Amino acid sequence: MNREELQVIGEREREKQQSYRCRILCCASTPCLSSGATAVIETFKEVIKEFDLEAEVTVTSTGCMGPCSRGPLVTVQMNGQQDVIYEHVTPELARDIALAHAAPEAKPLDRNVLPADLPFFNKQKKVVLANSGLIDPTRLESYVARDGYSALAHALREMTPTEVCEEVIRSGLRGRGGAGYPAGLKWDLVRKAPGDKKYIIANGDEGDPGAYMDRTLMESDPHRILEGMAIAGYAVGADQGFVYVRGEYPIAAKRLENAIRMAERRGLLGSRVLDSPFGFRIDIRIGAGAFVCGEETALMASIMGRRGQPWPRPPYPAQKGLWGLPTLINNVETFGNIAPIISHGADWFGAIGTEKSKGTKIFALAGTVETTGLIEVPMGISLRDIVFEIGGGIPNDRQFKAAQTGGPSGGCIPTDHLDTPVDYESLGALGSIMGSGGLVVMDDTSCMPDVAKFFMEFCMEESCGKCVPCRVGTVQLHRILEHVTDGSATLDDLDRLEELCVMMKETSLCGLGQSAPNPLLSTLKYFREEYEAHITNHTCPAGKCTMFGVPPLQLTRDLLRNTLQAKNDTEVS
Amino acid sequence: MATTSKHKNAPAMQDVEHADPRYKQVDRTLKRFRYRQDALIEVLHTAQESFGFLSDELMIYIARELKLPQSWVYGVATFYHFFSLKPQGEHTCVVCMGTACYVKRSAEIVARIQGEYSIKPGETTADGKLSLATARCLGSCGLAPVLVVDNEVLGKETPESTLQKIREVVATSPDHSGEPADTVNLQEQEEHAS
Repeated sequence: MNREELQVIGEREREKQQSYRCRILCCASTPCLSSGATAVIETFKEVIKEFDLEAEVTVTSTGCMGPCSRGPLVTVQMNGQQDVIYEHVTPELARDIALAHAAPEAKPLDRNVLPADLPFFNKQKKVVLANSGLIDPTRLESYVARDGYSALAHALREMTPTEVCEEVIRSGLRGRGGAGYPAGLKWDLVRKAPGDKKYIIANGDEGDPGAYMDRTLMESDPHRILEGMAIAGYAVGADQGFVYVRGEYPIAAKRLENAIRMAERRGLLGSRVLDSPFGFRIDIRIGAGAFVCGEETALMASIMGRRGQPWPRPPYPAQKGLWGLPTLINNVETFGNIAPIISHGADWFGAIGTEKSKGTKIFALAGTVETTGLIEVPMGISLRDIVFEIGGGIPNDRQFKAAQTGGPSGGCIPTDHLDTPVDYESLGALGSIMGSGGLVVMDDTSCMPDVAKFFMEFCMEESCGKCVPCRVGTVQLHRILEHVTDGSATLDDLDRLEELCVMMKETSLCGLGQSAPNPLLSTLKYFREEYEAHITNHTCPAGKCTMFGVPPLQLTRDLLRNTLQAKNDTEVS
Repeated sequence: MATTSKHKNAPAMQDVEHADPRYKQVDRTLKRFRYRQDALIEVLHTAQESFGFLSDELMIYIARELKLPQSWVYGVATFYHFFSLKPQGEHTCVVCMGTACYVKRSAEIVARIQGEYSIKPGETTADGKLSLATARCLGSCGLAPVLVVDNEVLGKETPESTLQKIREVVATSPDHSGEPADTVNLQEQEEHAS
């Protein structure tokens, strides 16, 4: 296939879509499927069949629409009218929706409609998720109709590999996996690395609990990732790519596999991409449930069929990666940004976001907030806007307590810092990280030492065991935190915690160990009084921890000591 | 894993190979990756899918086919949480312990199940009826707390509703569909979409 044929396919698909008077889009992402989207889709199909509406009405299973807690979600597009989004759609409601919109004087229902001016949608800026919820991820044509693969065609025909790298550098795109290393610089390093054989890896091993951006992207718009990888392959001179998908994401893996097969069949991947001399193949590797494999060197070990243990850097993957060859490894969301950058230009991309953090970021908004779901916001937006405008605030008249970003490698941000702009530097200054995009909101029923313990337990179990600071440090930190939450710790333990955290940060081999103390350090910094309340008063201010560890005599002993102290004081005076 | 030498095991393995059709699926994956040693994880995935768990015999077989030390295969199989070296119970209950579910008190759900069936996460009841497991994050945070009972995803659960569901499920005989619910959904959809 060449560029012209690509345009023809897109044109034909657009015409086909326009020929339907009413297009019903049903979200078929994991959260909506779990709340019953399959039955809803079935119902739409039955109704269309029952009333012979095949020529006028069409039903499409799409990717994620955003407000997952309101699922199953359905969008109805009518020619010349504004889109209507329905929430909590049941099969019964689906029947009503189909009949209402298919009627000659089509009128939306007045039930379960999400208002068009909902802040959840207004405050967002969709770049990576631009197609999500609007296209059928299982059909290539659907992606091509929205100018899919045109960036790849443009890069192959109009640009040299050096120019592609320069464009990405100029855009200011930074790695979306968490650390935020400038993507363009990495590309350039791999391009300049000597050798004929190079690899591209898309990191879709999203292990952070509470985060599902990568999964949604892979499920909702798989071709976008493939296109970004192919452009990267052209830019750095690689002919083989791997997508590493987390084992818990069967739907994402299936859709990607399907997408690769279709792209190969159409000549968009394979030995001659778009009739050019450039060849690029992509394979999928399924993870097997190890958090540490999100770390780049561990991930590569896993692709090579070994235990997912990291190795020291340098040499960096750009010099020596998979099978000792130069390897470019980026997060899937980073690859999702590439096609828009090439299509619209680096300047367009650079205009979004802040000076040092360009573009948008996808967050999985979860926890105790009114509307949870997947959001894409411009960098630099304040946390307050995310939690209270987009998320709609805290339900059940509770108080906001903290926002946790970056999962087990990030930290908790308290109320005082709600106006912090969300970018790499500002979050780093607060002792948290941007991370891959998990954002869990906690209300005042969450106990911070308990949260720290939860993350430490996670890191303890997920530590790969290769280096001592992480393997032993996480166990010790967890043990002390257990003492804190059961009331048997002492104030000296807090100092010991801090000392151990610094040691782990400085001496661990990989990102897991280096960042594991972050949740603990940030809660200790902002919620120290809670730790102290557990230790000195043996109470949990949030009412979560049960103080089983308090020795029965402890209280009496404290009382005795206080009385003695008081007596001494009076004697001295 | 047993440390018996390869040729001692080989005749026995040959028999198993022919006796059990499930080895064919493993062989197919082996062939697809042209017996490359770095395909070990893919092969283990297939093996676990067809057998439900990785037995010693199975791992020895894979080690022999890929010409890898048995210790290597065992090392990889035990490193990843996905691989189970013990047979699973008739019914499974996976409770998500991701941050969002944890904040919404999924730990209480686990504690209640633990209390009722006296099993810890990762264990199976003595009668082989129920296996309890915890997951890191199932990525359905909007529905927290989430759990998966016999491949059915349940959202916004309470300890009471969970226990009731488990009691119902354990009382029935297992469903031998063998296919994860998500995959079934997707396949159905794909069929309908086309």
